[in-house]
Amino acid sequence: MTGPAHTGSYLSDPRVRPMEWLPWVLALVCYFAAPTYLPLGSYILIMILFALSLDLILGYAGIITLGHAAYFGFGAYVAAILAVRVTADPLIGIAVAGISAGLLGWLTGLVILRMRGLTLLMLTLAITSICYEIANKATALTGGADGLGGFNMKPILGLFKFDLFNKTGYLYCLLFLFVAWWLVRRIIYSPFGASLTGIRENVARMHALGSPVYQRLVAVYTISAALAGVAGGLLTHTTEFVGLKVLSFDLSGDLLVMLILGGVGRIYGAFVGPVVYLLAQDSLAKQFPEYWYFGIGLMLVLVVMFARGGILGIVDRLLLRIRRGNT
Amino acid sequence: MTPALETRNLCKHFGALTVAEQINFKLDAGARHALIGPNGAGKTTFVNMLMGGLAPSSGAILLGGVEVTRQSQRQRVKHGLGRTFQINSLFRSLTVVDNVSLAVAERHGVAWGMFRPAGRYRSVVDESMQLLDTLGLLEDAKLSLAALPYGKQRLVEIAIALGMRPKVLLLDEPAAGIPSLESHRILEVLDALPKEIAILIIEHDMDLVFRFARKITVLAQGAVLMEGSPAEVSSDARVRQVYLGERRE
Amino acid sequence: MQGFASSLVSVAFHGIAYGMILYVISVGLSVTMGLMGFVNLAHGVFAMTGGYVMLSAMSRYDVPFPLALCLAFVLVAAASVVLERLLYARLYSAGDLEQVLLTIGLIFMAVAAARLAYGTLQQPVNLPPYLKGQFALFGRDFPAYRVFLVAFSSVLVAVLWFGVERTRWGAKVRAAVDNRAMAQAIGINTSLLFTVTFALGSGLAALGGALGADIIAIQPIYPFENLITFLIVVAVGGMGSLRGPFVAALLIGISDTACKYWLPQFGAFFIYAATIAILLWRPAGLFGKASQ
Repeated sequence: MTGPAHTGSYLSDPRVRPMEWLPWVLALVCYFAAPTYLPLGSYILIMILFALSLDLILGYAGIITLGHAAYFGFGAYVAAILAVRVTADPLIGIAVAGISAGLLGWLTGLVILRMRGLTLLMLTLAITSICYEIANKATALTGGADGLGGFNMKPILGLFKFDLFNKTGYLYCLLFLFVAWWLVRRIIYSPFGASLTGIRENVARMHALGSPVYQRLVAVYTISAALAGVAGGLLTHTTEFVGLKVLSFDLSGDLLVMLILGGVGRIYGAFVGPVVYLLAQDSLAKQFPEYWYFGIGLMLVLVVMFARGGILGIVDRLLLRIRRGNT
Repeated sequence: MTPALETRNLCKHFGALTVAEQINFKLDAGARHALIGPNGAGKTTFVNMLMGGLAPSSGAILLGGVEVTRQSQRQRVKHGLGRTFQINSLFRSLTVVDNVSLAVAERHGVAWGMFRPAGRYRSVVDESMQLLDTLGLLEDAKLSLAALPYGKQRLVEIAIALGMRPKVLLLDEPAAGIPSLESHRILEVLDALPKEIAILIIEHDMDLVFRFARKITVLAQGAVLMEGSPAEVSSDARVRQVYLGERRE
Repeated sequence: MQGFASSLVSVAFHGIAYGMILYVISVGLSVTMGLMGFVNLAHGVFAMTGGYVMLSAMSRYDVPFPLALCLAFVLVAAASVVLERLLYARLYSAGDLEQVLLTIGLIFMAVAAARLAYGTLQQPVNLPPYLKGQFALFGRDFPAYRVFLVAFSSVLVAVLWFGVERTRWGAKVRAAVDNRAMAQAIGINTSLLFTVTFALGSGLAALGGALGADIIAIQPIYPFENLITFLIVVAVGGMGSLRGPFVAALLIGISDTACKYWLPQFGAFFIYAATIAILLWRPAGLFGKASQ
């Protein structure tokens, strides 16, 4: 048996398997079948993109962060400020949001990725907290605790207007998610992706191989931050509002929970997790907030103790058992 | 001729404790050289200083005549220094061939490639497979490393190091943890290593050392006690006293 | 000028009180992180629980204040033993990620449980009459409770330091923080040592949470809201160290109070910026082992 399907390996077949088209088919089916749920759907797509960016650094490179919201939030605020002050063109907005979040990721990555363990964890937290404080206090620019709204995005390419039911927004998010998925998938199957897995598995050995570990980590951190920034920009554009929540520790925590729930380091964990989590949250959290949070906590504990691969890990094991049963 | 590896007056202190004292050491090109010494003699410290994991307090390290004392591990690797680890230091969740390919890809300078799938780098995969073949591991190439028995994992250690095509290879207790009955397999592999690689082996298994090495350096209390051929070392009274004596009681 | 000097004294005093509480809460985290290498993000849960235990013992069952404090310590320490044996101990050799996830899960559960039991509002703190009012010192009035807090914490810290420096248990802890494998090799029962140390650390956190209930409000989001502060104390001080977090806690207590007093428009910005600067300058913290 070879390792899990989606680790960077010199043996894995990079062709897209039929099953890998399933999420896209489902996403399109939802577009036609559940038109009233498209605002929630857009949010789920955005969180999938965000989770995908986290999976790249956490699942593959093994960087543990509690502050990925910094880049998501930065992208979201950049997109909003740009829309208010410069241009409300969505594609320019996304490009600028992605690039500036990537720049922030590069700069902070250069500084913090020399550290490990608790120090690194602490630095990711501190950076997010600083961003939060700045957004909270620089009211002239960010609107502070009230958030920033009151702008209207222009039609995409001058053709597709953002509508009240978020039909355009949903497809807009889906498109960016698709591009990001393609990119992440490429990276993971590449030698670069394999070396990230190597760094996660045994950093001392990678050093002994003469691998530029630090530079690799900075590179993947920058890419991940840029993707998170794009996700943040998408949220701003589809909701035409940005608030402090996008920079909060809660968001980083929720994101981590979603990814863990789906399964870390396997691309599609980042798809399954947000869908399950956000759908469950939508139906349960409003009615029973206490029980919801208790359940999330319990689930995390159980996943860690018994099911480290998350939902997809459980599916893998079931499939393996069925296959063994057949032969 | 320039030695492949040389240390000059290498010292290391931890506070008042001296773990390496004025070590002058030369590893000739193509050498089969062993470093022995009782526990706590400073062998591990010495290896770590050679690799760049530990900065010496004073003295110099030269690789092929080039001073590398202040260089990083990565730069030393570029100068042709490779090592294996005493305790298996492998990529446990990856396949055997991936373990080796990571090393080969770094050497080929293709490990930054982000867009082409790794499997399309045929030269990397082929070379890794070939290496595994020479070590008798071809059948296990596609297995997950964690599924290999311990002895074969020791061989993967060596395969990874060879994937770096080192000019100087430090073998840190290659037979550690292997029953002496099986250590002949390690010896076979060591004997078959390319002649041009200068090899320094640190080993406790005296049979292996005396059969493999043509020159032996004895380290005791952080300093070189003596250096000579296996015959000279085994007949030396001081060596018997600090090292062999306690083993042959 | 007089006004400035007066506010300087006031900021220093309240800052020290806050810092002392931070230290009593965080010292257990520092020792358990250093000793077991466990990233325990749920440490604040113990502090919050201590606060709830004390406040409900006092308000619902009329337990006197000193007894309620003891109760907080004992109950939380006992509960932490159960958690340690059941959950933490199984993850000592696991990766950081597993430990982070487990403890975040515990925080979620604790937050939800606290909301169910006490609602979302912060708990009122009813001090015993003898700790209310003002206490005159050097011709100034200080809130009596804060004076008690500083004095009590100082005694606690002194006892703790004495214990770690002078007792057999302390020697074992220091040995194990230094080199766990070596400690095991010379026959120290590290498993028992971990449990006892963990319980003591959690008990101290409970004590800190209870003592500081009128400085750090007892409410369900406590473990999340103060997580960063506790972690900063440990990271800046140097984990595994006893004195490092003390210095760090006082620094943070005083500078946070000063920032809130003089520069409220910047919020906690300077604290975070200083944390980043210190960690970049000394990655293992002010008093941590440099090897990390």
